[in-house]
Order: sequence, then C-alpha cells, then structure tokens
Amino acid sequence: MFKYTLRRILYSVLILFFVMFLVYLLMSNMPSGYIEQKARELASRPGAGKSYSEWLEDLNAQYGMDKGVIRGYFVWLSNAITGKWGDSWAWTKPVTQEFHETVWFSFILGLVSFIFEIIIAIPLGITAAKKQYSFTDYFTSVISMVCISMPTFFIATILKYVFSVKLGWFDLSGMQGRNYMNLSRTGQILDVAKHFILPCITIIIISIGGLMRYTRTNMLEVLNADYIRTARAKGVPEKKVINYHAFRNTLIPLVTTLGGSLPGLFAGALITETLFSIRGIGYASYSSMTQADIPFTMFYLTFISILTLLGNLISDLLYAVVDPRVRLS
Amino acid sequence: MAEEKKKSSYISGRESLKITRFNRKVTKKLEEERANAIKDPKLYTTKMKDENNVVEFDNVCTYFFTDVGTVKSVDGVNFSIPKHATVGVVGESGCGKSVTSLSLMQLLARPSGQVVGGQIRLNQGDGTALDIAKTPNSVLEKIRGAKISMIFQEPMTALNPVFKIGQQVDEVLQIHNPEMSPEDVKAHTLHMLELVGIANKEGVYEMYPHELSGGMRQRICIAIALACSPSLIIADEPTTALDVTIQAQILELLQSLKDKMNASIMLITHDLGVVAGMADYVVVMYSGRIVEKGTADDIFHHPAHPYTIGLMKSKPVVGKKVDKLYNIPGSVPNPVDMPNYCYFRDRCEMQCDKCKGQYPPEFKISDTHVVSCYRYFEEGEQLGYPQSVDVSKLI
Repeated sequence: MFKYTLRRILYSVLILFFVMFLVYLLMSNMPSGYIEQKARELASRPGAGKSYSEWLEDLNAQYGMDKGVIRGYFVWLSNAITGKWGDSWAWTKPVTQEFHETVWFSFILGLVSFIFEIIIAIPLGITAAKKQYSFTDYFTSVISMVCISMPTFFIATILKYVFSVKLGWFDLSGMQGRNYMNLSRTGQILDVAKHFILPCITIIIISIGGLMRYTRTNMLEVLNADYIRTARAKGVPEKKVINYHAFRNTLIPLVTTLGGSLPGLFAGALITETLFSIRGIGYASYSSMTQADIPFTMFYLTFISILTLLGNLISDLLYAVVDPRVRLS
Repeated sequence: MAEEKKKSSYISGRESLKITRFNRKVTKKLEEERANAIKDPKLYTTKMKDENNVVEFDNVCTYFFTDVGTVKSVDGVNFSIPKHATVGVVGESGCGKSVTSLSLMQLLARPSGQVVGGQIRLNQGDGTALDIAKTPNSVLEKIRGAKISMIFQEPMTALNPVFKIGQQVDEVLQIHNPEMSPEDVKAHTLHMLELVGIANKEGVYEMYPHELSGGMRQRICIAIALACSPSLIIADEPTTALDVTIQAQILELLQSLKDKMNASIMLITHDLGVVAGMADYVVVMYSGRIVEKGTADDIFHHPAHPYTIGLMKSKPVVGKKVDKLYNIPGSVPNPVDMPNYCYFRDRCEMQCDKCKGQYPPEFKISDTHVVSCYRYFEEGEQLGYPQSVDVSKLI
C-alpha cells in the first residue's frame, strides 16, 4: 500500500508538471492580457512620454514575461517550488495572502453543502431503491432529474426572487449585512452565516440529484444480488438486510466517489460564489482570470490540479479500504 | 398467421396501462392482507393433514403480476415433504421448481410475485401448522434460517463479499439464538465449519468469500443453512455451478448431514442423476404444474407421464451406444396465456382422444404413484384437478 501510494504520487508530480506547462502556455498567449491593457492605459495618459509598444516592452520586462514560454515556465516553476508564488497583479498583494483570505469561505460553503448533500441524498436514494417503481421512487426520481437539469444561475435567481425579493428573509448578495460593523463577535458570525444560507441551498440543490441517482442505482444493483437473498434466507430482519448487508456494499462506490471529491471542497464554487458575491476562492479566481492575472491564476490552477490528482488517489486508496476484494499493488 | 403471432407478443399502450393498474391493485390488496395478519395469529395457523410431514403444499398458486400479464409460474401444486426424507423436484428450466421453493421461503420478488391461492403448511411440531403464504414477515423471519433453510445455486455470489466467513455464519446463529454468548457462537461456527469438511477452520473463519473456491463456498453456504439445525433444507440446484467431482462431494456431505441432523431435504435440480442418487420421493414438474410424483423407484423404473418418459429417454446412459440422443420436441409454452388442456399435449407423442378435453386430473396408479395424464383414465383412481385462481376475482 505504501509503495503503491508513493508510486502514484510520483506519477502525479509528472502529470502536474505537464498540466501546468499547458496552463502557462495558454495564459501567456492570451490576447489582450493584463500587461497589454496596462501598457495601453499608460501610453494614453497625457505626458506619457513613451509609445504603447515601448511601454509594453518595459512592462513585460518588469513583470518577467519577456523570457519566452519555455524559459518563463521554468522560472515560474523554480519560484513556485521554493514557495515564491509572487504577487497577484489584480489584487496587488501576495498570491498566498489572497488565497488564505478567500479559501476558508469557500471551504465552509463547500463543507456545509457537502454534509447536507450526504444527509439528504443518500437516505433518499436508498428509500427510492427499496421501493422501486413506487410513488416515492418516481417522486424522488423526478426531483433529482429537476435538480440535475437546472443550471446554477437559474436556481440562484429563483431562490433570490422568492426569499430575498418576495419574502425579504435574506440579502440579495454579499457576505455581510448593512450594520455588520455594529454587531458583537457572535453577531457578526451569525450575520455571515445567514448570508451563506442561500448559496448553500443552491449548491445542495444542484448536487443532491446526481448523488441520489447514484445511490439508487447502486442500491438497486446490490438489492438484486444473490447474497441479499441469502441474508433474507438466513432470517435477517428486513431493516438489517437493507441497512447492514446491502448498505455496506452500496458504500463501496459511494465512499470512493465522495472521498475523491473531498479535496474539491477547497476548490470553491465559481458560479455560486460569483452570483452571491461571496469572496471565496472561486470568485477570486474568476475575477483574476477576467483580468488576466497570471500569477494568481497559475497558483489557483496548480492548486486545483493538485486537488484533482489527490482526489483520484484518495478514491483509489479508499477502494482498497472498503472493498476486501481489492488489493493495491 | 403472421398477424396472430404479432398479436400474442404485442401489447398496446392502453392494454399495458390496464394491466399495470390491475397489477398494482391486486398486489396492494394482497400485501395489505398479509400485513394485517399480524394482528391475529389465528389467520395464519392451521393444522397439518398428516403430522408426519414437514411441509405440505396444497394447491399452491404463485403468480407473477408482470407488465405483459399474469404469469402463472406455479399453478396448483400438490405435494408433501415427509419427515427425514429427501424429495427431489425435477423439471426443465422455467417449470416452476425454484418458484415453488421460494414460495415456501417467501423470498419471491415482491410485490410482483405473490402466492395467490392454496396453502403451504409448515409443521410447527406442536400439533399446529403455519400457513406460510399468509404469515406476516416478522413471524417468517424467525422461521427462515432456523426451521427452513436454503442453499442456493450460485455459491460464487451467494455470500456477501464484504463480510468475513466467520461473521456470516455467526450471524445466523446470533439471530435465532440471541441468548448465546459470542464465544459460544464462535465455537459453534467453528464446529459447523468442521462438520462441512473445512480443514483450516480457524483460518477460514477470518477469510473473505473471494479467498475461497466455489466448492468451499458452497460448503460455507451449507454450514450457514445447517447452523440452526433446521427441519427442512431446501437445496436449489446446489451443484449446478460446481464441477462433477466437487458435485459428488457436496451431495454426499448433504446426505450425511441430513441424517445427522434428522432433517428433510427438498432437492431441486434438473439433473436426473443427482435425484436418482439422493431422493426418496420425486416430483416431476412441467409448466408450473406437477405432472407426476412418486417414490424414486416409481419415477425411475416405471415412469408414467409422457414427459417423464421423454426426460428419461433424453438422458445419456453410460455404456449404451446410440446414434442420436433423444430430445422432447418443442419447448415450454408461453406462461402468460396457458391453454385449458394438458400443457404437454402439443409436444406429446402419445396423445389420445381425451387429451383434447380440459387439463387432466391426477390419477393414482399405485399407493405412492400419482400422474396427471389421460392415458391412465381407465386404470387409475381419479383424484382432484389442480385449481387455478381466477385473478380477476382477487380484487
């Protein structure tokens, strides 16, 4: 197991190297990037002294973008390995500081939604499978299909319309109420929590559909297995058949997929955060990308790549943990 | 002709909707009836006809309410399993052997599969009997595994892959003997493993099913089935998935354990050789009905029904040279719309005039030998007709 993990990590490093190179290639070839814009701005200032192309050359040298793609990539890589991620162009502060300020909001948003998603979707999926083709089954299937099909911005807009505009329970967007500064410490936390409710609901609604269907399908497959019939023939009470014998087997695919998505909790929810103006990592990365902020985007994409690779590794390792038939070597 | 054929397999949307609605109504009603039985044990207790039987099947009808219509998988089956005897149930695929056994265990795929008529009486040993078809699930759970247990066809998939062997055998003991301490349970499990011929019992106790071979797994299944010393063991094609050497070992083991535990065996198989070697009584089924039953000697040496005779002829015999192995012409009829005449008529080579009439009753041609064929109309004593259930009257 240890050897396997080590080998997988080495592979992951290799994959990461090439992924980041591709990202760097794309970023440095973006038409009208941050530097071009800056150069245009400076050149059009009264008394600029230098023309656009002169400014561009200057700025490229200043920002270290004049080394060509390959050399530039290795310079970036050697800096990144030593922990020097540079300063964000758009936020004008160190990349890691901006990351640290935003990621925890995303994490809390992700974690809360993740927990609720599991609590809601898995029992519903099991109930639907237990009573296949019943009203409950059709009802949950329709609900999950609706949840899967609706785009995030649509759900968010409906929620905003109902709960913010019509009922006035929550603010339309943002993370703090208007008198945030006058509140006590706990009051401030509660205020932020209240602003997180609608984004959380949005994420939960989009994600439960898939998990519910996944649970149902796997549960149905297990319930039709011979060993479930054996368990019943042994006289095991029906409840225990479902919750112990069948669920333990359904858990195998569930744990591996959910375990694999654990690192994703840090990735942020780009669309939801943007729609609700939550200053999370998704929102930050989105604004960085629109402003062609290469250092921050590179950092964020590296981070996402690592999370994805880590997620795959975790799900493979979990397979061996929950399924005795799987041995890693 | 072509049109007629199309009609039989094609169902219009309206028809399908009608069937679905009807099925839902019927199954709901039957399920409710069973759920209500829990209030009053009188609703599901009866008396055995003969105290020497473990189980009596009395005109059992098990139907499946499918989307294309009602399939009468088992339709008026009558036979009994005496104490300490082995009863072999034979017939080709799809004739209702397994469904009969699953009806007894009440492990049918509910709600579509239902026992709609007749009685399955299980001897309680105290003068009363349970009518299995009407017994609520909570009572049945105490019977399954303890009084009746079952060994399935596929040992490769019959054990739960994520639990250790020990756990799986322990479980059946714990459920039916909650007073046993964990140490006793383990000791008994190890004893059972030894009994079914597993040499390395301590090691196997800690193993997962995938670490064992097919024969070993079937032994484990037998250990699970016998752990609570049941009075009846249903073996549903226990050796079909195993190779011949292991097959012989498993059958021998089953026979010896049966004698040790004083149990009865209901052996379901389509292997006539297996039945000949093990069974005391044989029941031959065809299309959901019993066509012939009797002692093993009756069936093997004096087969009476053309179907049984055909089966015997289609069995290769060692040392006998034939150019071509006999086979019964045709195949099993469509189970959705069964005709009301002998189901075997269209395949039968010994038809007589009476065969044009309704489904034949049972004829008793000796003390132990009963056959459903008009060829014995003259000599046999006529018993009852198998009774179908009119499903439209169930609502």
